[in-house]
Amino acid sequence: MTTPSIQDSGDNDGGGNTARRLAVSGDLTMDHIAGIVGPLRAITPGGSALAIDLAGIGRIDTSGAWLIHRLVQDWTAAGVPATIENASGDADRLIAQVAANDNPVAIRAVHGNRAIERLDRIGRALYVAVENVGNFLAFLGQTLIVLGQTLIGRRPMRWNAFIHQCEAVGVNAIPIVGLLLFLVGMVVAQQGAVQLRAFGAEVFVVNLIGRSVMRELGILLTAIMVAGRSSSAFAAQIGSMKLNQEVDALHTIGMSPIEVLVVPRVIAMGLMLSMLGFFGSFMAILGGGLFCWISLDIPPVAFFQRLQEVTPLSDLVIGMIKAPIFGVVIAMMGCFQGMQVTGNAESVGERTTRAVVESIFVVIVLDAFFAVFFSALGFN
Amino acid sequence: MPGLGPTLDEDDAVIRVRGLVTGFGEQIIHDKLDLDVRKGEILGVVGGSGTGKSVLMRAIVGLQSTREGSIKVFGEETRDLDAAAAKDLRRRWGVMFQEGALFSSLSVAENIEVPMREFLDLPEPLMDELAGYKVTMVGLPVEAGPKFPSELSGGMKKRAGLARALSLDPLLLFLDEPTAGLDPISAAAFDELIKVLKETLGLTVFLITHDLDTLHAICDRVAVLADKKVLAVGTIPELLTFDHPWVREYFSGPRGRAAGAGKTKTMEPA
Ligand SMILES: Nc1ncnc2c1ncn2[C@@H]1O[C@H](COP(=O)(O)OP(=O)(O)OP(=O)(O)O)[C@@H](O)[C@H]1O
Ligand SMILES: [Mg+2]
Repeated sequence: MTTPSIQDSGDNDGGGNTARRLAVSGDLTMDHIAGIVGPLRAITPGGSALAIDLAGIGRIDTSGAWLIHRLVQDWTAAGVPATIENASGDADRLIAQVAANDNPVAIRAVHGNRAIERLDRIGRALYVAVENVGNFLAFLGQTLIVLGQTLIGRRPMRWNAFIHQCEAVGVNAIPIVGLLLFLVGMVVAQQGAVQLRAFGAEVFVVNLIGRSVMRELGILLTAIMVAGRSSSAFAAQIGSMKLNQEVDALHTIGMSPIEVLVVPRVIAMGLMLSMLGFFGSFMAILGGGLFCWISLDIPPVAFFQRLQEVTPLSDLVIGMIKAPIFGVVIAMMGCFQGMQVTGNAESVGERTTRAVVESIFVVIVLDAFFAVFFSALGFN
Repeated sequence: MPGLGPTLDEDDAVIRVRGLVTGFGEQIIHDKLDLDVRKGEILGVVGGSGTGKSVLMRAIVGLQSTREGSIKVFGEETRDLDAAAAKDLRRRWGVMFQEGALFSSLSVAENIEVPMREFLDLPEPLMDELAGYKVTMVGLPVEAGPKFPSELSGGMKKRAGLARALSLDPLLLFLDEPTAGLDPISAAAFDELIKVLKETLGLTVFLITHDLDTLHAICDRVAVLADKKVLAVGTIPELLTFDHPWVREYFSGPRGRAAGAGKTKTMEPA
């Protein structure tokens, strides 16, 4: 059997008892009906009664049955009788089955007027933004309470999770952070050398490297790198657990998701970012030192001696104060976004993106704040 | 025991599995498993939890890598198909997963339309109508059409998964525990639906189930999975004579007897 076709006897001008005959033949299956959908739908009710002759059809599936059923339905609804003739037993059963399940079903949520919809979206976005702030504050409060209770020993510390997170966010990040900061150190030295050469003050490259890396770049770049790596991981991990109702399961078992999922991540991140930041700064200085040695003929011993003289201890201390704070903030942003996941996989993706973007943003804003703050305190 | 072997003599088996070996790491799930599914039959697959029913289904539809053996579907070795032939094969079967596996970012009705959009060239309004019909056909309320999977109850997800599996009126249907989690009335309606579709569309069904009522009501034959093999395949009366502790316990235990009695009372006159 083949492509279906229809033969229409045409309207008999409503005359007499002769019905309009519609002979359908061929396979009425999904793969083949596309061609007759148009012609069939074009047969609008009116005139004499309609007799649909199915003697010539081959295979029929639910889509074919649906088309026939709808034709009959449309005519009957318009008050013109329509009947099916010569259908095989199976075709009859299938058409009856289809007819029994003919209900108006919406496919997607209906959309209203465009302008109103736009307003609706703006309003909703505003509402969500405000709600988000509220949610974040609530999350922050809960986390700080649980964190405090954990630190003073009123709650158990999840050592397994903590160690595992330390490995994931800290140890595994060592190669990439080391390489990145090493290269940045070289670039800073090289660019600095080009500019300072104009004043014949190339030796000040050491000051440049020491101070900028210890105080700003080392920690900041490490934090950005870690935010990209790990806040996304946190958001995705916790988000999928939420979708899977694992977070609900924790609740019902009587375990606090904050205690089990968030606090170990936050502590691990605070600790690991401090160490990674220190390590990153060290690598950047190595990179800068290597450049000075090769390009400017400053031997390593002289480089480190000068480094010690020109870099005040306060730079290191400031860097080490910032690192754990950045770490805690990054971890919290990631976990918060993960906790906000609802509904579907798309939401996981969206929240993961936001975790990365917002944590990097917040880290940079905080860094700017610290720069102003410590300058005001007189640490230049 | 003749007649209860897992293989058929005739050649027109829709699914033909020979010497299948699958496993995860050290654990062997199937060891030289044979199974034939006849054209146009509903084959029930039973076995204890964790005996590898779902894994067998995944192996047949090509989601699970196999270690040895051959799997033929519609006479074609699934492993050797090129991309076009594999796609053509997928067009002809529908799969319903144990967990529903709906696309979470699409509404129920849009989920049902996904295979139609991929394989057919139908006008949009007709696709919407057909999707709407499938929604009611599987017994979902009309409000369910525009809902997202996360807004459905467990049983509704099952039905939506079934509707998507039936989207293209497949010739071969894989169902993994379709009636688990349905209320008994819905489960009976579900059995009836599968039966009508099988008889009118000539559907072949590979049905994994723990539901004894379903087995009695609609399955032509039942395959018993145990000891890493298909132990026996036959009608329920035939299996009652099969001598294996698990099979005897399964069909002759209190639940098995109750379901069997229910069948003789209500189903026979048809
Ligand atoms: N991805 C996987 N990795 C490792 N082992 C698996 C995996 N999937 C399944 N298994 C193992 O394979 C075995 C069979 O699992 P399967 O899901 O097929 O069971 P089943 O017969 O469908 O059980 P149920 O009736 O409970 O659904 C189990 O022992 C399970 O632990
Ligand atoms: Mg299973």
